[in-house]
Formats: sequence, C-alpha cells, structure tokens
Amino acid sequence: MLDLRNPIHETWKAAMLPSSVYFCRGRPVVANVFDRLRALFLSVCLIAAFALPAFAGPFEDAVAKFANDEFSDTDEAIGTVAASGNPLAFTIISALQDGRLSADPDTKKVYVTQDDGKIIDAATAAAVDKLPDNAAAVRLNNRLRRTVEAALGGLTLLSPDPAKRIAAAQSVFKTHDESMLPVVDGALQKETNKAAKLAFTEARAAILLFKADATDAEKLEAIATIKARGDQEALALLTGLSGEQPPAIARAAASATSAIQSNLALWSTVQNAWYGLSLGSVLLLAAIGLAITFGVMGVINMAHGEMVMLGAYTTFVVQEIIRTSYPGLFDYSLLIAVPLAFVVAGAVGVLIERSIIRFLYGRPLETLLATWGISLVLQQAVRTTFGPTNREVGNPSWMSGAFELGQITITYNRLWILCFTMVVFVVLLAMLRYTALGLEMRAVTQNRRMAASMGIATSRVDALTFGLGSGIAGIAGVALSQIDNVSPNLGQSYIIDSFMVVVFGGVGNLWGTLVGAFTLGIANKFLEPVAGAVLGKIAILVLIIFFIQKRPRGLFALKGRAVEA
Amino acid sequence: MPHVLTRSLDRSATLFLIVVAACGVLIPLSNLLLPSSSMLQVPTYLVALFGKYTCYAILALAIDLIWGYCGILSLGHGAFFALGGYAMGMYLMRQIGSRGVYGNPILPDFMVFLNYPKLPWYWHGFDMFWFAALMVVLVPGLLAFCFGWLAFRSRVTGVYLSIITQAMTYALLLAFFRNDFGFGGNNGLTDFKDILGFNVQADGTRAALLAMSCLALIIGFLICRAVVTSKLGKVLIAIRDAESRTRFLGYRVESYKLFVFTLSACMAGVAGALYVPQVGIINPSEFAPGNSIEAVIWVAVGGRGTLIGAALGAVVVNYAKTYFTSGPLAPYWLFMLGALFILVTLLLPRGIVGTFNSWWEPWKAKRSSDNAESAAREDGVSEPDMAE
Repeated sequence: MLDLRNPIHETWKAAMLPSSVYFCRGRPVVANVFDRLRALFLSVCLIAAFALPAFAGPFEDAVAKFANDEFSDTDEAIGTVAASGNPLAFTIISALQDGRLSADPDTKKVYVTQDDGKIIDAATAAAVDKLPDNAAAVRLNNRLRRTVEAALGGLTLLSPDPAKRIAAAQSVFKTHDESMLPVVDGALQKETNKAAKLAFTEARAAILLFKADATDAEKLEAIATIKARGDQEALALLTGLSGEQPPAIARAAASATSAIQSNLALWSTVQNAWYGLSLGSVLLLAAIGLAITFGVMGVINMAHGEMVMLGAYTTFVVQEIIRTSYPGLFDYSLLIAVPLAFVVAGAVGVLIERSIIRFLYGRPLETLLATWGISLVLQQAVRTTFGPTNREVGNPSWMSGAFELGQITITYNRLWILCFTMVVFVVLLAMLRYTALGLEMRAVTQNRRMAASMGIATSRVDALTFGLGSGIAGIAGVALSQIDNVSPNLGQSYIIDSFMVVVFGGVGNLWGTLVGAFTLGIANKFLEPVAGAVLGKIAILVLIIFFIQKRPRGLFALKGRAVEA
Repeated sequence: MPHVLTRSLDRSATLFLIVVAACGVLIPLSNLLLPSSSMLQVPTYLVALFGKYTCYAILALAIDLIWGYCGILSLGHGAFFALGGYAMGMYLMRQIGSRGVYGNPILPDFMVFLNYPKLPWYWHGFDMFWFAALMVVLVPGLLAFCFGWLAFRSRVTGVYLSIITQAMTYALLLAFFRNDFGFGGNNGLTDFKDILGFNVQADGTRAALLAMSCLALIIGFLICRAVVTSKLGKVLIAIRDAESRTRFLGYRVESYKLFVFTLSACMAGVAGALYVPQVGIINPSEFAPGNSIEAVIWVAVGGRGTLIGAALGAVVVNYAKTYFTSGPLAPYWLFMLGALFILVTLLLPRGIVGTFNSWWEPWKAKRSSDNAESAAREDGVSEPDMAE
C-alpha cells in the first residue's frame, strides 16, 4: 500500500486523474502516452505551486458539503471547488456531472468512482477499497446541471492542452457567462499559444458585450473583435444582443451583423462551389471511363457501374490482405489498389468485349440490353462472393481528417479525389493524343473502315479501348470506396449519373465530359440548399431532359456525317 | 371499325385471342365453381398470379408496339405503368374511408401519420371510380405526350432517347420516395379494402379482376393489331427501318412517333391500374429503372415486332421468375436473368416467336401448304405458355 499522505504522491495522483477522465472515451493507446506526458508536466508545475499539503481547508470543507445532499449546499460546494484551483476539482465536478460522485451522509466523506471502477476519496485522492454501504450518489437538478457545466467549462479553460483551452473558450464564447470573466482574463494573461489567445480574446469580447456594466468603449471593441471572427456563432451572438443598447453600440452591432452576413454569404457560395467541385470530380471519375466506351466506341455499357464496383472491391481485398499480413503497409493500400483495380476491371472489360460486345457492334439497343445482363451477373457474383452487406474499406491516414480554410472545412479525402481525378483526366487525354494506341483509337472512332484499310487491327483496338474504359472505371472504384459504401449496389448508384454527364457533355469528347461533370456537380450543389437534396437532383434530371431537347448531341457535339451513322 | 379489326386478324392472332379469352373465362370459373378438392380447381393464389402475368403481358404489348414497330426503345415504361398503378391506388385508398388505422374518413392513414391538415388538391376526385379510371389513362398519356413532344420534335433518337427515358423514370422514383410528395413515400399505397364495393381480397373479386385483365389484354392486342396492320403501321415500320428516308418522303415522323408513344403509355397505365388491386400494393420501387429494362427483355425474349411474342415473353419470363425465386435456386435467379439478357440478344435476336417464324416460313413455302395448316402450327406455340 502506498503512503497516501505523502503530498507529492498525492499531487501526482491528482494530476493523473483529470487526464484519465479526459481520455477515457478516446483512443486508449495513443492517449496513454500523451496522458502520461501531460500528467508529468502538470505534476511538475503543481509540485512547484502547491508546496504545502492540502489538509483541511476551504477545499475540504467545500467537498464535505456535497454530503449534505442539499441542492443549495451542492451549489455552494461546486462554486468553491471550481474556484479552489485544486487539481482534484475537475475530477470531482465531472464525476458529479456523470453521477459518479457519492457521499456518505454520516461521515461526511465524499467519494469519486473513476471510469476504471476504482474509488477514491474526493478530498484527499486516497484510494478506497469500496464505497460505504450508506453512500449515495450526489443528486443534481437542472439548475445545478447548468452550474456544473459552467464550472467544467471554467476548469477546462486552464487545461494544459491548447486544443482543450480553445474548445473551452469557444463554449464560453457561446454562453458568454459573466462569471467566467475573471478566469478568462487570468487565462488570457498567461496564454502563449496564438490560437488559444485569439479564442480567449473572442470569449472575453462576448462576455463584455453582454456585461451590463461594461463601458461603451469596451463594448465597441468587443463588437469589433466579434466582427473580425465573422462566423455563424458571431452572428448568433450579435443578433442575440438585446434591443436596449446605446445608439452607438446598436449601430456598430447592426453594421457588424450585416458585414458578417455578407461575409457568410460569400463563404457559403465558396462552400457550395467546393462541394460542387467535389461532386463534379466524383461524377467525372465515374463517367470518364464511360466517355471512352460510350463516347469513343459508341457502346452503351450498362455494366460500367459494375466495373466501378469491381475496383472498389479490389480495394477491399487489398486492404484485407494488408490488414491480416502486412499491417504496416496500410497507408499504401490505395497506391497498391489503383494499378490492381485497373488490371482487374480492365481484364474483365476485355473479356466482356471479346466474348459478347464484339458481336453486337452496330446494334446499340441490343448492346444496352446485353450489358445490362452483364451488370446483373456481375452484381450477383459479387453478392455471392462477398455477401450482400457493405464491406469496410478504411481511409489511410493521409486521406482522413480535414483542415479549415476560412469559414469552410475541406476534408482530405475529397481533396485527394479531386486531385486524383484531374491526374487521371490529364493522363487519359495525353494517352489519347500522344501514344500509338491513342492514335489508333481516334482513327477507328473517326472512320473504322479507313482505319482498317490503313492496317490498324480494329478488333484489337476495340478490345483495348473497352479494356481502358473499364480499367478507368476500376480506378474510379478505388477512389469512390473512400467516400461511399462498398456494396454490390455501388455501381447502380453511379450509372445513371454517369450517363447524364456523358450525354450532357457530348459524346466523343473528353473535354465535354469534364465540363459536363463539373457543371452538373456545381449546379446540383447550388440547387441543394434551395430545393433540398432530392428535389435538387430531380431538378437536374429534368433540366438535362430539357437540355437534350435543345442540343440532342450534348454540349460539345461531334459534327459531320459520321455522327448520324 | 369492325372491318379494320377483321382485316387485322390472321389465324395466329385469332388463336391468341381465343386462348386469352379462354384463360379469362375458364380460370375464374374453375376457381369459383369447382370444389377445392377437385383436380381442375385453380387455387386463388394462382388466380392472382395469372392476373399479374396478364398485366405484365399488357405492358409488354405496349413496349412491343413502340420498340418492335417503331424502333423507340423506352427504358421508362415502368414509369407509365406505375403512374397508372398510383392512380388506381389513390382510388383504392379513398375507398378505405374510416376503416383505416386512424379512422379518418377523408385522409388516408399515411397522411394522418404525416400530419397533413387536409387532402392535397391532386387527391380530389379519386373517390370516384370513373375519375380514377380516366386518370389511369390520362396521366401516363399526358406525361408521354409532353415528353415525346419535346423529345421527338428535337429528334432525340436511339440510345439518347433510351437514356433520357431512364432518367425520367429515375427522377419519378426519387420524387415518389419523398414523404412530402403526397403519395405515401417509400411505403407507397397499400392496405386496400374495396374496389367498386367488392372486397379486394375476396375470391370473386380476384377472379373478376383476372377476367378484366384478360379483357384488357384482348382489347389492347386488338388496338395494337389495328395500328400495326393499318397504313399508319406501315409508316411506323418505315420509321423504324429508315427514319431519315421516311422523313424525306414527306411523312411527319415526329407526329407518328408521338402518337404511338402516347398510345403505348396509356396501355402501360391501364396495365398498372389492373396490377395494383391484384398485388395489393403500389410503391415507388415500381419506378426503378431496372423494372423498365426487365420489361424490355420480356419483349426481346418473346420476339419484338410480333405482339403475340411480347405477351408470351412476359408470361414465360415471369413464370420463370416466380419459379426460381420461390425455390432454393433464388440466389441464382439474377444470374439467370442476366444470362437471359445476354443470350437472347446474342443468340436469339428475333425472340421465340420470331425465330419460330423464321424456321417455319421457309418450310411452309417449300411444302406450299395452305394457310390454315400454318396457322394451326403457330397456335401450337402460343398455346402451352398460356396454359402455364
């Protein structure tokens, strides 16, 4: 048994407590290391600060009040404990919030049940074997719950973790609780972290704005700070300001409100544009292979979506193998999956072309039906092999997470998909323009018989073109597996959209597909906030139907006699 | 008019009509009159199944009329079918009256559930059968007219038309899935009680619905025959085979196409309306693009451009579907359906009836036998499928 009265040891232990509370719901392994470092840091600070052992004093008296089981006493105790600066304060208050704080009314002892089931004495942090029989959880009512939340917010303002301090400052910004002002001021003085300092300044401004006895100059300065922040929260704060303000402040608030509003409108446009670009890149990725098979070859490949699905399942299989055999390679799983998906889907494509589609050239409607049949078979094959439910495909670390750009959040996976799409597009364009196969493809597209007379093996080119289109669908599947459910129905959800893109953009022209995809993506995302997601999509479909009436061959139509053939 | 009808009927068509009429009369009678112990008694579930197949046959006829004779491959005919079905479903919902779970005399259950204050304007009138019956034809017809008017006038043809019809049915699918669209969201319309005062679950009603479906099939077939054997039909075939040439000959191609497309949509609507009381539910999944494509494959299996083949194909494929999906082979049904799509297009491009004809005609010519015998042989094909 440890010597529990050793103050240094006590402080150390107390320092450990908040961290275990913080991190109990997080990732245990990572957190533990971090936890210990923090605890070490904190304990060093605390040893310096609390050279004296914390024997009976205001803190202990306050803790004992929890045992009275009176709401007024509890309220008082919360205030004293929160203000005490004692390292146990956070543990006690958060235990109170979660109903883990129990008290023995006879001995006036208060106990905290920790998340790991261990019990400690709240006043001394001494470990206790078990709760006394008559110990009961300290009760809360709604008013007290609010007090508890506010107290916790104040306690986290002093947390050693800058991210926690910022989060706490944000919550103070929202609640603008006057009682927090001294804590915020104190924290602001000591703060060295730039982001945290800004957060504290904003929190302070929010409090001052609503503080009845703040001077006008303070309030004006506060409004300027809030205006500079310029987000939805700032707007909510300013619109929440009561009507009875001196005219100068009311004017400043009104102008700040309108400035923030126009700023927000601008950002929401930027955000819609970003979402639109992101959706457009997904559409482009899904449609680009179709632009080859449908646009270049004139083959209606209804099984195109299933090629995308095959690519996604290839990613799944690659990740499964990596997970079981080479866990260290997980971050490279997508890089490995891309060529594999291209090969798998491309090979299936060549197989389909050689065994079925080549017999149907010149009969587009029959091709449509046959490829629909292929799509049913492929779907069912995947369903019987991998099961009908969604399969888990993970994000590598470099694709997870997000960063803030002004008022919008950009997720890394969307950004990578956009880059990846553009790379695929450029490579494909270059391939069609500068390689021998590309030249042959274009020749066969423009005039099949002439190309054949010039010695191009047209049937080989057909097979390779179809394989290329399918292979690109396969690598689209790798990218889409990162943002969509990998299920046998994955392809179905993209096929109609892909056809819309190709038909809208114009057949036989990759630039048309690019423009078509981004136009539809952006139009969709700008319609969504107005009309809702489903209605927006319906509107887009209807618009395309109307558009096709106007330009039956799409935006960038091929012209000439060959088109009608 | 009578002479148009008689002219349009050859022997095989007559025999087809006789078989359908026999099914429409004998199956209900056997179900109702014979004791359930009898060998010849058709159980009620089979009556409903036959009714379903008959509706599918009408839909297939409608598709064959435009695809087989005019070269318009619509991948959105399921939408017209479902719209007709919804019109009938709305009538049936209004007939429930206060017998619903919430007992509201005006509002159907789902509207009470979704807090509709009153009946949406487009639900008015559906308590009257004649109005619903009118809408069954009018709504799909009007949609097809508007859609076709836009599409054919700007010469959207071939696969482009197929793709935008698919987009149309997909858009409707999304719309009907919405709860606030006023058609019951993804649950659709169900829990029907009465049709024209008769209980939809009763044996007698089911038998009558089968008879009505057979009658509709006969009428639909007669209309299609009348169209395709008339001068109009000749122009349609000319459009199918050489659209530009027909246009240069001075025919207004788009008007012909529009007429036949609208007619076909109306027929699909009637098929849907007869389908709903027999299966007891209509929900947005009927709009799924896959359903429309499946209906096209019925026509391809039976033989496009033969009418009889379309009806035959619908029954054969759906019988196979019922057979396989209800047995231990259920997981393999999609493989078979997929293979059917591939094999029929590759190996049997004329379908069952077309292939039979191509074998039969030369043989007949060689034997130089008279028409009577050939008709008798062709009947031999259409008979077994109707007996299934």
